[in-house]
Order: sequence, then C-alpha cells, then structure tokens
Amino acid sequence: MAAIRLGGLRRTAARVRQARGVPKWLLYTGLAIVAFFTVLAIFAPLIAPYGFAQVTSGGVHFPKQSAPSSAHLFGTTVQATDVLSRVIWGARTAIEVVLLAVALSLVVGVPLGLVSGYIGGKLDRALVMLNDALFAFPYLLLAIVIAFLLSNSFLGQGIVTAAVAITVVYVPQYFRVVRNHVISVREETYVEAARALGAKRRTIITRYVLYNVVQNVPVIATLNAADAILTLAALGFLGYGIQPTQAAEWGYDVSRAIDDASAGIWWTGLFPGLAIVLLVTGFTLIGEGLNDVLNPLIRSRRIRVPEIPEPGAAAREQEPA
Amino acid sequence: MSRSGSLRAYLLTRVALAIPTVLILLTLVFVLMRVAPGNPIQAALGGHVSQQIIERKTHAAGYDRPILVQYADYLKDVFTGHLGQTITDKTPVTRIVVNNGSATAELAIAAFLVALAIGVPLGVLAGRFRDTPVDTGGRLFGIFVYAAPVFFTGFLAQLVFGVKLGWLPTSGRVGPVTEFTLDKPTHFYVIDSIITGNWSAFGDVLRHLILPAITLGLLVSGVLIRLVRVNMLQTMRGDYVEAARARGVPERRVVIHHAFRNALVPVVTVAGLQFATLLGGAILTEQTFNWPGIGAALVRYLNLRDYIAVQGIVTVFAIAVVVVSLLIDVINAFVDPRVRY
Repeated sequence: MAAIRLGGLRRTAARVRQARGVPKWLLYTGLAIVAFFTVLAIFAPLIAPYGFAQVTSGGVHFPKQSAPSSAHLFGTTVQATDVLSRVIWGARTAIEVVLLAVALSLVVGVPLGLVSGYIGGKLDRALVMLNDALFAFPYLLLAIVIAFLLSNSFLGQGIVTAAVAITVVYVPQYFRVVRNHVISVREETYVEAARALGAKRRTIITRYVLYNVVQNVPVIATLNAADAILTLAALGFLGYGIQPTQAAEWGYDVSRAIDDASAGIWWTGLFPGLAIVLLVTGFTLIGEGLNDVLNPLIRSRRIRVPEIPEPGAAAREQEPA
Repeated sequence: MSRSGSLRAYLLTRVALAIPTVLILLTLVFVLMRVAPGNPIQAALGGHVSQQIIERKTHAAGYDRPILVQYADYLKDVFTGHLGQTITDKTPVTRIVVNNGSATAELAIAAFLVALAIGVPLGVLAGRFRDTPVDTGGRLFGIFVYAAPVFFTGFLAQLVFGVKLGWLPTSGRVGPVTEFTLDKPTHFYVIDSIITGNWSAFGDVLRHLILPAITLGLLVSGVLIRLVRVNMLQTMRGDYVEAARARGVPERRVVIHHAFRNALVPVVTVAGLQFATLLGGAILTEQTFNWPGIGAALVRYLNLRDYIAVQGIVTVFAIAVVVVSLLIDVINAFVDPRVRY
C-alpha cells in the first residue's frame, strides 16, 4: 500500500535521474555537501579530536584563544575548547534538529493541508486565516517566542525545544502548499471518477490526492531544512537554542565570537560560520536543483531528437513518448 | 464600473481583511504569552522577593483576573495605544517602541535600499542570460547570501572593515560625541542630522549605518535575486515579449521595457512578505552590531523574562507587519490594474 501511495515520489525520483546540465550539477553538489555533514554528524565521536566541551587533554589545559596550530587546527575559543571539535560536534546537533523539525512539520503540515483542502468549508477557512496570519509574522520572532516559552517549561533548552520552535514556523508552509495543490487536484476528473465509483473519502485522499500532491513536498522539505539550520543558528546566536553544556551549536559559537572580532580573533567565528553557510548551501542546492527538475513552469527540457527505430527494434520500444 | 470605483472597492475590501488578521495575531500573542507556565511576575523578579510582593504585583498587573477579562483588556489597551509598563525597569512600552523602533526602521529602510540595488540588477541579468555562467554566478551569489546567517556576514564585515582595515565603526548607531551633540526630534538620526544641519553628525550616522545596512541588505538581496530571476524567466516567455521581438524591437529594449517591467509586479508583492524577513533579520543584525533597535530591546527583555515588555514589543511587530503588507497591497493596486479585478 505504502508503495502505491508514494508512487508520486517515485515519479520525482525518475525526473531527478533525467536531470542534466545546471540542475544536475546543483543537485549532486548539494547531495555531496549534505552527505559530508551527515558523515561528520554520525561519526563525530571518531572524527573530532576532542569533546565539544573538553578543555584539557592528558592533564594539560588547552590554551585560551590560541590561533590555529598543529595541536588545534582551527584554534581554541575563549573557554579553551577546541574549535575544530566544536564544529564537528555541531554538525551532529544541526542534523539532529533538522531531521526532527522537518519530520515534525511534515507529520503535522501535510495531513492538515490534505484534510483542509479536500474537505473545505468552515474548517478550511479558519485554518487558512490562522495560517495566513502566522505566515505574515516574522518567522524568527515566532521561533524565538516559542523557544522562550518552551525553555521555561519541562522541555528546558535542548534539541527538542529547538526543533519544536522551528516546526511551528514551517507547518504553515507545508499546509499552504499542500492545501492549494489539493484544491486544484480535488476537481480533477479522476478524483471525480473515484467519487462516482463510490470510493471512500479516506481512500480518495490517501490514494488519489496524496499521490499527486506529494511530489511538491521534497522541494519544500529540502528548502525548509536549509532554513531550519539558519533558524537553529539564529536561536543559538540569541541564546535560545541549545545550552552550551549540552551540545555544540554553531550559532552559539558565532555569538561568542562577535566579542573576539574586535580583538582581531577570526578563527572562533569563521569556522562555525562557514559550517553553517556550507550546510545551508548544500540543502539549498538540492532544493533548487529539485525545483528546476520538477517545476514545469521553469523546467527547460532538452528537445529530444526523435530516434528513428531500426527495423525490428520496435520490439524493445518501452517508453511511450 | 468605473476605474476609480473598482479601486475603491478593492481598497475597502483589503482594509476590511486586515482587521481579522490583526485580531488573529493579537489573539495569538495573548494566548502564547498566557499559556506560558509560571507566574510572569515571579519570573521577572526572580526568587528574591517575598510572596506578598509577588501577589501584590500580580494583582496590580491584573494577572489574577479571569482570562477572558484579561483578553478583553489587552485588546482594549492595544487599540487605545496602551502597551503597559515593563516589569523590570518601569519604562512605558510605547517609549521603547518610539525610541528603538525608529532605530530599527532606519536600519530596515537602508537595508532594503541596499537589497534593491543589489538584488534587482543581478536577478534581471541572471534571468536574461539563463543557463549561462552569468546566470549560474548570480544564482550562486543568491544562494550564498541566503545561506550566510546575518550575524556571520556581520562578523566578517566587522573583522575586515572594522578591525583589519579600520574604516568603519562596528558597534552602535553613533559615536559618543554625536550621541551628545545631536538633537533628535524624529529619532531617525539620518533625518535628524540633516534637518538640524549637523553635518559632522550626519557623517558619523552614515558611517555607523553602512555595515549593518549592507549586512541586512545582502540577506534580502538573495531573496530578490531568486524572485526577479524566476519572474524574468516567466515573463520572457510571454506572448507580448515574443510579439515585441517579432516586431523587431531590439533585445535590450525587449528585456528592459517588456519583460522587466512585468517581472517587477510580483516583486512589489513579495516585498511585503520580505518585510517580515527584514524584521527577523533586524533582530540578529541589531544584536551583532549593538544597534539599539526594537529587536535588541526584545532580546534584552526576553532575557529578563519581562512578559509585559515582550508582549508589548511582539504586539507592535505584529501590527507593523499587517500595516506594511496592507500598504504594499495598496501600492500594488495602483501600479497593477490586474490586482483590482
């Protein structure tokens, strides 16, 4: 059953394989960057030379704010932690939060959009209104307020709090895209036919509507993942992200580095900052590439030179043009 | 129906639609601030005061009344312009809004000008020379400025232009001397220094404005590049563009007069949405450059757990967003006749 429902995604995958030129380059570069950070995240304990909060090694204290050297490739911070290790551990935090946030917003946003769009009526109108209001609101402000309120609750400051704060920001986006698509799909002949045949509403939504709507989701999901990294870093920068003792977080590291800048100390901010830029770029490239491949409005297709089949080759004709 | 009649009908509808949006946002702010666990007064004052004082202050702030009464009072206060007094330093929230809000507005306007100056030309070029190195370069630039958090761009700018080259100040809105000598009738320092004819202050104000404005402007320029590019791609496919080419209009003129002008219309719309991005980015930029704006004030009061201040500032943000998007739509209605129908 699941295979049928996700058939829409398979169509997406097929288009991805057909990508060429700039979109292909965008896609594969993005995938490579994200894969790199995922490896860092998974194997952080093996790759990082030290722990993210470690300040001594073999009984020797690390120097404070020391410039990059062979002992500390990226230098050390004002708290004497190793910048390289913090950058690598930070990848783990970023990937964890993004996975959690994207999963949460998919789980909430997509069904909400499906139901609201298909059923319509008062529920739809109310949800759209709430959604538009949320959408108009500065997303960072919303995330800050949610993180602030959650950090006062039992969740405290941590990965879950950050992920939930980010989720609240992105649910409206999934909702909007999915709902609007559902509205147009709902009136298609095949949906009407299914209805005429007496298919249950549940079946129509999960098999006919979802199948067509789900194709847009990968683009939004990757672009949101990019945004989520930025929001996480912004929360960390403002002090509403993850507690520095719990995990390494790039945004927090840059916030500490702002004070270093006036003293000409560049390594404490440069490396975590570059990590943010790279990972966000990775996700954005994937999203842009996917968009180029999938969006018919801007998709440029190579005009295929019609192949004239040799006599007898008709037997292995597979693709209906 | 006459032209002006439909415009008026559109504007009236648009204004009417803004009212529920404001109400929803205000309700949202209220609910968010009230579902928060714990007593706001206790949170702000910490554990150092007696239960008696907390109870008295809670009563004075009205937190012990039924929730619906509080809600009605909140709405009434907002519409009459009372945002209360901060718990921690007893400043009226409206004064914070005037003093710090003007700093944010000045920064946001300057940043938006920077964003337009960078984003629109690059977007047009990328769209015009689609799938060439110019296009790829423009898009990569757009992706990079989007991918770089404002505080990181700000950090680099401070490092290079502030510390290494020593060209520009990296902190605050004015130097200490100007702070003392400048009269501030409007609280917009650029305007203040011009109308008081204080030219040394004017230079100082501009020098302080450059790095924050470029930092924040770059963020928005990335969005503009993508947007203008996609719109160019779509308008370049329009029949009228094809028709202009067929009539023998030079390509340069086709791009600028036929495609670009139409590609700009959605940009105006999205500029309204970008205002929210700008405000969000302003919070970070202000924090990075010690800019005494409303975002910096918000962060300060969040750290103090001052619920009244936070509620007041967030309320102002919400209203500002709705008002600006309303204004943008009105401008759009004047610019583009299609919007009205």
